Amino acid sequence: MTSATQIARDVRAGTTSAAAQLETSLAAIRAGNEELNVFLHVDEEGARAAAKRVDERVGAGDDPGALAGVPIALKDNLCQRGVPTTAGSKILAGWRPPYSATVIDRLLGAGAVPVGKTNMDEFAMGSSTETSAYGPTRNPRNPERVPGGSSGGSAAAVASLMTPLSLGSDTGGSIRQPAALCGIVGVKPTYGLVSRYGLIAFASSLDQIGPFANNVEDAALLLEVIAGHDPMDSTSLPEPAPSLLAHLDDGVAGKRVGLVRELIEGADDDVLASVEAARAALEDAGATIVELSIPECRLGLSAYYLIAPAEASSNLARYDGVRYGLRVDADDVAAMNEATRTAGFGAEVKRRIMLGTYALSAGYYDAYYGQALKVRTQMIEAFRRAYVDADFLLGATAPSVAFAFGEKTANPLTMYLSDVFTIPTNLAGDPAISVPFGSGAGGLPVGVQLLGPGRSEAQLFAAARVLEMANGVA
Amino acid sequence: MAPALRREDVAKVAALARLTLSEDELDTFTDQLSQVLEHAKDIEALDLEGVAATAHPFGLVNVVREDVLRPSLARDEVLAMAPDAEDGRFAVPRIMGEAP
Repeated sequence: MTSATQIARDVRAGTTSAAAQLETSLAAIRAGNEELNVFLHVDEEGARAAAKRVDERVGAGDDPGALAGVPIALKDNLCQRGVPTTAGSKILAGWRPPYSATVIDRLLGAGAVPVGKTNMDEFAMGSSTETSAYGPTRNPRNPERVPGGSSGGSAAAVASLMTPLSLGSDTGGSIRQPAALCGIVGVKPTYGLVSRYGLIAFASSLDQIGPFANNVEDAALLLEVIAGHDPMDSTSLPEPAPSLLAHLDDGVAGKRVGLVRELIEGADDDVLASVEAARAALEDAGATIVELSIPECRLGLSAYYLIAPAEASSNLARYDGVRYGLRVDADDVAAMNEATRTAGFGAEVKRRIMLGTYALSAGYYDAYYGQALKVRTQMIEAFRRAYVDADFLLGATAPSVAFAFGEKTANPLTMYLSDVFTIPTNLAGDPAISVPFGSGAGGLPVGVQLLGPGRSEAQLFAAARVLEMANGVA
Repeated sequence: MAPALRREDVAKVAALARLTLSEDELDTFTDQLSQVLEHAKDIEALDLEGVAATAHPFGLVNVVREDVLRPSLARDEVLAMAPDAEDGRFAVPRIMGEAP
C-alpha cells in the first residue's frame, strides 16, 4: 500500500482522489475483515461523504490539509458523532455518540477520511483482543495468533493494509504491544500531548491516544495533526503540537542511549536478539550505549494493577442503564443498575472493577491505592535520573512474539505480564515508540521500544527512523 | 500488611460495584484477585513514608478557564440514545417503594 505521506501528497496535488483511495481501502476491508475481524463497524456512507468533501476542496483549489484523502481506522473507544461506538462492550451496543472526540475533529480538519471503528479488548482491558464482546481479532501476520491488545483491531487494520493509518489508545501498552506483535510502528505520546476528550475513559491518569502506521514518517505526520492543547481536556498540556517531521532525519549521532536491564529481563531469546541488533544499529549511526538499571520498573506491574483498576472502577460506574447503552429492566432502579451491569460487562471488566473497588475501599486504600500512587512518584523520579545519563532509552516492547489464542486467558496474571515493559512509561507519563526490528520465532515480527523524557517525541521519532532504515524498511 | 482476600470480601466488593456474581464466579474471582493482590505485596511492603503521591505526571493542577457561554450537546440527540426518556428527561424505574 502507498504510504499515508504519499497519499496526502498525491491528493493535494490532484494526481489521485480521496474517493479512489477510499475505495482501495474499502476493498481491502471487504477482502479481509471476515477472516480477521478487524472492524466492528465500517462507516461507508460517512467515509464517502468525507472523501467527497476533500475532493471538492481540491477541485476548488483549496488545500484540504496534511492528511488529505488518507483513510484512517479508529479504535472503537473513540467517540464519533452518529457512528456506532461500543468500546468492545455489550453494554454500549447500538450507542451512537452525540459528539466527536477532539482527535476526530482534528483528523477531519486535516482532510483525513475515517473509515470505521476497530475491535478492541472490552474497555481497553486486555492484551490480545480476546476480552472483546465481539470476538477476537486475528493477527494479519499469522491468523492463528493474537494481534496484541488492547488496540489489536487498529494494529491489524494497518498491518493488513486495510488503512495506512489508525488511532489507538495506550493505558499500559495498548498501542505499543499490538504494534510490536503485528510488525508496525506504534506511538504512546507524552501524557497530555493529545487530548483525551471523547476517548471513553479507562484509567484517566494513564490513558493516551496515539498513532499506528507502517512507517515512522506516517506516524509522525499523524501525531502532528492530533497533538496540541485542547481546552476540552483539562489534563492536556498547554503547548501546541510539536514539530516532528522537521526532525525526522536528525539521526542519533552523539546521543547517549540507555539500554535498560529491567526493560529486557525475562524476554524471550528472539526478542533479546532484536534488542541487541537495535543497539548495534544505533551505535553504527553514531550513538553511545550506556547500560542502565531502573529497579523501580519491577514495581510497575503491581502499581499499575492497583491504579488502573481503581480509576476504572470509578470511570465505569457511569454504565448504569440510565443514560446510554444497555438497560436490563427490573422493578426498581438499584436492581436495574445491577442487572444491567451484570449482563453488560464481561469477566475481565468485572475483575478490574472489583479489584479497583477493593483497592479503594475503607481499610485498604492506604495499603494499596495510596501506596501505588507513591510508587508512581518514585517511578517518575527514577526515569528522571536515568535521563541524566542518557538522552533516550532502549528496551523490548513485549516479552515475546505474538502468542496463540487461549494461551494466556486462563490466568489473568500471565496476560498482565505481557505489558511488563510498557507499563513503566505510562506511570511516568513519558512517551515511547515501538518500532519493528527483525523477526523471531515462526518468522513473527519483534518490536523494540524507544523511551524518552516527557515532550521528547521529536528525538524518539528520529531514533525510530534510524532503526527503520537499518531494518530495511525505509 | 493487608490480610488475604476472602470470599466474603469479594462478595462485598461485588455488591458495592453493583455486580451480581454466581457461586462459581465468586470462587474464580476470589482466586484470581488473590493472585493479583499477592503480586502487589511487593509494593505493599515498601516503606514510602514521606513520598508524595502522583496524580498528574507533569503536575498540572487547578486548570481554570473563562466562564463563557457555549453550546452544549443537543438534548434530543442525547435522549434519543437513552434506554428510556420522557418529557425531555431520562426515565428510570421507580426509586422509592410504595407508600405503606
